[in-house]
Amino acid sequence: MTALLTKRIRTVSEKPWIWAFLGAFLVWLATILFTGGTGAGEILSAALAFATFSVIVGIGQMYVITLGPGNVDLSIPATMTFAGAVSMKIMDSQDVMILPGLVIALICGLLVGIFNYGLIRALRIPPIIATLSSSFLVQSCAIAYGRGIKIKPPELLADFTTTKIAGFPILAFCVVLLAVVMSVVLHRTVFGRSVHAIGQNARAAELAGVKVDIIRLATYVQSAVLAGLCGYLLSGFSGGASLNMGAEYLLASIAVVVIGGTSVAGGFANLPGIWGAALFMFLLVTMLNTFGLSAGIRLLLTGVIIVGVITLAGGRRE
Amino acid sequence: MFESQERLITMDGVCKTFGAVQALGSIDLEILTGQVLGIVGHNGAGKSTLISILAGTQRPSQGNLKFETAASVLPGYGVNQAQANGIRCVFQELSLCPNLTVAENARILHPAIKGVGWKARARALISNKLQEIFPGHGIDPDALVGDLSIAKRQMVEIARAFTKVDSPIRLVILDEPTSSLDAVIARQLLEHVRNFVDQGGACILISHLLEEILQTSHRVVVMRDGGIVEDREASAFTRTNLVEAMGSVAKEQDGTQRTSDIRQSGEQVLVSLQPKGQSDGHRLLAYRGEIVGLAGLGGHGQTDALLDVYRNKGCTGPALREESVPMALVPGDRQVDGVFPLWSIAMNIVIGSMRQLTRGGLIDPKAEAQLAADWKRKIAIRTPDVNNNILSLSGGNQQKALFARALASNAEIILMDDPMRGVDIGTKQEVYEMIREEVGLGRTFVWYTTEMDELAHCDHIYVFRNGTIVADLAGAEVTEQKVLHASFEDQSKSHSSAKAPAS
Repeated sequence: MTALLTKRIRTVSEKPWIWAFLGAFLVWLATILFTGGTGAGEILSAALAFATFSVIVGIGQMYVITLGPGNVDLSIPATMTFAGAVSMKIMDSQDVMILPGLVIALICGLLVGIFNYGLIRALRIPPIIATLSSSFLVQSCAIAYGRGIKIKPPELLADFTTTKIAGFPILAFCVVLLAVVMSVVLHRTVFGRSVHAIGQNARAAELAGVKVDIIRLATYVQSAVLAGLCGYLLSGFSGGASLNMGAEYLLASIAVVVIGGTSVAGGFANLPGIWGAALFMFLLVTMLNTFGLSAGIRLLLTGVIIVGVITLAGGRRE
Repeated sequence: MFESQERLITMDGVCKTFGAVQALGSIDLEILTGQVLGIVGHNGAGKSTLISILAGTQRPSQGNLKFETAASVLPGYGVNQAQANGIRCVFQELSLCPNLTVAENARILHPAIKGVGWKARARALISNKLQEIFPGHGIDPDALVGDLSIAKRQMVEIARAFTKVDSPIRLVILDEPTSSLDAVIARQLLEHVRNFVDQGGACILISHLLEEILQTSHRVVVMRDGGIVEDREASAFTRTNLVEAMGSVAKEQDGTQRTSDIRQSGEQVLVSLQPKGQSDGHRLLAYRGEIVGLAGLGGHGQTDALLDVYRNKGCTGPALREESVPMALVPGDRQVDGVFPLWSIAMNIVIGSMRQLTRGGLIDPKAEAQLAADWKRKIAIRTPDVNNNILSLSGGNQQKALFARALASNAEIILMDDPMRGVDIGTKQEVYEMIREEVGLGRTFVWYTTEMDELAHCDHIYVFRNGTIVADLAGAEVTEQKVLHASFEDQSKSHSSAKAPAS
């Protein structure tokens, strides 16, 4: 019976995420065929390093999107910038402050998450508007706090975020572990099941005994805390915080969720796909750059290929 | 009755399989004009599949449909052909669009209503039909369907099926049309159906309420395991042999009224609710180990009262203040309030008991599978595998899964919102039995029902009207007359509210 159940879960979840990995593999293959095999390992190593950050915020975004139609967290970029700027200032390039800095970054995320859900619940503002407007407030705080921007990260943190063992970034390894843990949380805990239930039918979830408000609050807080963590790590990785460091993660956080095979309509999520999709996104850009195409063509192809993968991944899931 | 009964549709060896599951096996059936054809059978006997084939929403795997008005129409028979041949269908899972108004939903069925002023015409069409079938219905044609109660949605769905613009109406199929309607409205509908066939129409009526079938139909077909086992004049059947033909032993309602001295024995009060708008201070009380019934006409505040209890609003009973008693709710409107459509049957059951199945923070898959398997057996959910999607079940079996969800949980109070919609008589008897067992084990039930028979199982009954309690009857003094009297009359002798608005 158990074997049957796990087999079933596997067959259901296998289909959507396989496409993201397949896409990533094909794009990588096309790139190294073009270069004649040179740089195959380096490209992969770089992809892992950069994809790591999309995965961290993608996980948070995935939980939020799974809450059902209309749920999305648009404050991720601002939260990253804010957490990055504040933690860099607090740490002031000193190695001993690494842990306090991390805690501060996470607290920044916690506060933003609570604020977001406060707007959504207490003021009944739709999540898109609520998180978008709160992102302006948070971004303004980051700018006001902007003196933290030029500060370099502690050396130890910079090392941790950039060190590779045999080409494999340590940070990517940690985030693979994080993904495994969050995947177990998604499928095997009361919290994960509740998120799925709310995404399918919030009213039925409430009547089945799910604490809808607490779960939604926890989901938005989790997304913001992961954004805070990402801002902290990215600041370490790229030699300090900057005011537009989060910009590209607005679209990336949503794209990796959708390409990864999670249902945009909510109620159905899968985590492995986020890794596949994040690798795919990076490798796609690398491939188009390698081909030496003009900027216009690159953007055009990026759009077309993303639509193609989403269609493939989405079409298989019924 | 219409004199010349002519053949309208002939089904010839129609089969339907879903993968390995055979839903229908070789059906031969004639549908005649001027006749109400009753179809009865257990949940999953194939009734709904049969009518989906007639309505063109599903293709038969084998066999032919012949229309007298046209040549053999298979293959290629679909919804459009069914419409063109004058077939109208009221599905058990209501098919209205919740985000549109009543009038807009009426327009969907009639592409002929177009051009300037279509809305006014659609509004008039549906209002007139509602007025004709359900006088005094109180439904605004501009109301959003999603805002209507399930009973009103059902009324709109029914009235819409009977509206006529340009295409003919020859056959109206009613799948459990009265499952959410109270007795008075149901009677109005059945009267209308008789009129319709007297004027030469044909009607198929599917219902688990055998009295309704026997009183309304001219001919009755009994289905079992995807086949037809009886096809005779309605007069040839009695309640007892109908139940036998369906394949379950006829258990007469055992009228053993539970001697309810619970209220005198000083048991704990678990629920104490004052409905909004109740001005005389009267409260809904439920003592531990009691079955409390909520009666009255449909949509008079019973569901709201249950939800208020569930959400702990307005409950100021001493017991509820001190400790919060775990509660579970069995929804009646399963699409809106119950089912998680992306999940398996097992996950739909287990969600009510997740916390009890958690070991070290994780839900134990073994315990989970065990619980689902146990309840599949206990409540006889008809499925080869509980890991199949919940929507693979027939409506009645989905309802069983929702019962299993509530009963499997650790809830001490179980609230039931007219939960027997679409459940067959054999299952009902089993569930009644189960409820009695659970009461013996100390559980408490608060049960809203639109079926008079079910009130016999209750220890205490509150009759609702216009959102307030108008009568409070101990089990022994419940009769249909008393309940109906209280539902309509302001001056019921027990606890009438002097300020209740006249209806």
